[in-house]
Amino acid sequence: MKARHKRFTFLVAGLVVLASAAYLVIKGLNENLNYYFSPTEVIEGKAPPNHVFRLGGLVVPGSLKRDELGNEKTKNVLATFVVTDNKNSVKVRYKGILPDLFTEGRSVVTQGKLGPDGVFQADQVLAKHDEKYMPPEVAEMLKKAHKKGVAEMAGGSKP
Amino acid sequence: MSSRILNWFKFSSPATFYPLAGKIQKVATVTAVVLLLIGLYMSFFVAPTDYKQGEGYRIIFIHVPAAWMSMFIYMVMAFWAAMGLVFRTRLSFMMARALAPTGALMTFIALWTGAFWGKPMWGAWWVWDARLTSELILFFLYIGYIALQGAIPDVRRGDRAGAILALVGVVNIPIIYFSVKWWNTLHQGASVSVTKGSSMSAIMLEAMLIMTFAFWAYSIAVAMARVRLVILERERDTRWVSELPEVRG
Repeated sequence: MKARHKRFTFLVAGLVVLASAAYLVIKGLNENLNYYFSPTEVIEGKAPPNHVFRLGGLVVPGSLKRDELGNEKTKNVLATFVVTDNKNSVKVRYKGILPDLFTEGRSVVTQGKLGPDGVFQADQVLAKHDEKYMPPEVAEMLKKAHKKGVAEMAGGSKP
Repeated sequence: MSSRILNWFKFSSPATFYPLAGKIQKVATVTAVVLLLIGLYMSFFVAPTDYKQGEGYRIIFIHVPAAWMSMFIYMVMAFWAAMGLVFRTRLSFMMARALAPTGALMTFIALWTGAFWGKPMWGAWWVWDARLTSELILFFLYIGYIALQGAIPDVRRGDRAGAILALVGVVNIPIIYFSVKWWNTLHQGASVSVTKGSSMSAIMLEAMLIMTFAFWAYSIAVAMARVRLVILERERDTRWVSELPEVRG
């Protein structure tokens, strides 16, 4: 075996050991590296109780209510909405300004504590963006096509 | 077959690579300038606004190419580090050394533009999610490589120590790339992927790809310019360097 073959074998062996070590570390940390918990995980009790954690999911369309208390002073400041992963949902209460990209039907990540009433008390709300980029006309077209498709399906299912 | 191998090894000598690097540098510089002009024009004037993010999305024309290059340059650097360790070729280490600052710059641009985008879109400059954190670690790896390599006075030992650090850091690259898949992150998933194609409109994608090639050409040009300087510095006592017109004059 030539010296450089030896060094090459040594290097490959080193990288294999390193990769396996990294794999084990990542596997061990797996749950802890998640940035947020889904509503299902919260309901299953996987989120830490009495502790600050993040909750992420879609904002249920029509669930956003501002100023639940009806007080003139807290208007547009106190927001409640429901976050879902299409399986389970958690109600969120948030006092503060919502980010620009916050929209119903879109992803959101909130940080706070789960209250005793099962409502998540958020002190931070971040809008999560998805990987789609398109001009507004295309988005409008897709929306129309989707509505049309839904209408056709609804019409087709009728006897 | 043997002649091909010989040809390859011919350029592993700094003396023969030096003029070649100069030629590559010239071609890459011209390519980079042309592509940057086309790419920036398309990014700002041709590509339409985004349906959701408005004009702010245009940061991706810088952000995504920089982030890709930050990972790609690291892989190339690690490759040269491995070549240097196995074959003990001086030029391989010089290539790794020449690539590191450009890689660090790309990582910094990716982090910086990402923060500028994150504030209006997410509502936060910075979050400690898996994607952002692993990219920050990549930045520290570049800085650490440059520092370690430069801190050891003996060039050969410094090169080898740096190369080992660079190789250990390779595990971070798949972590960055797949972080958005493996874990819940605030950072969105990949818009462009080899397996799934793209979820961007065609014109936006074209602008972004042209910008990527521009960054690519820029990186090659700068790396070649830097490797020439490293060669001159390290081979300054050799005869061929003292006979170069730019050194004599």
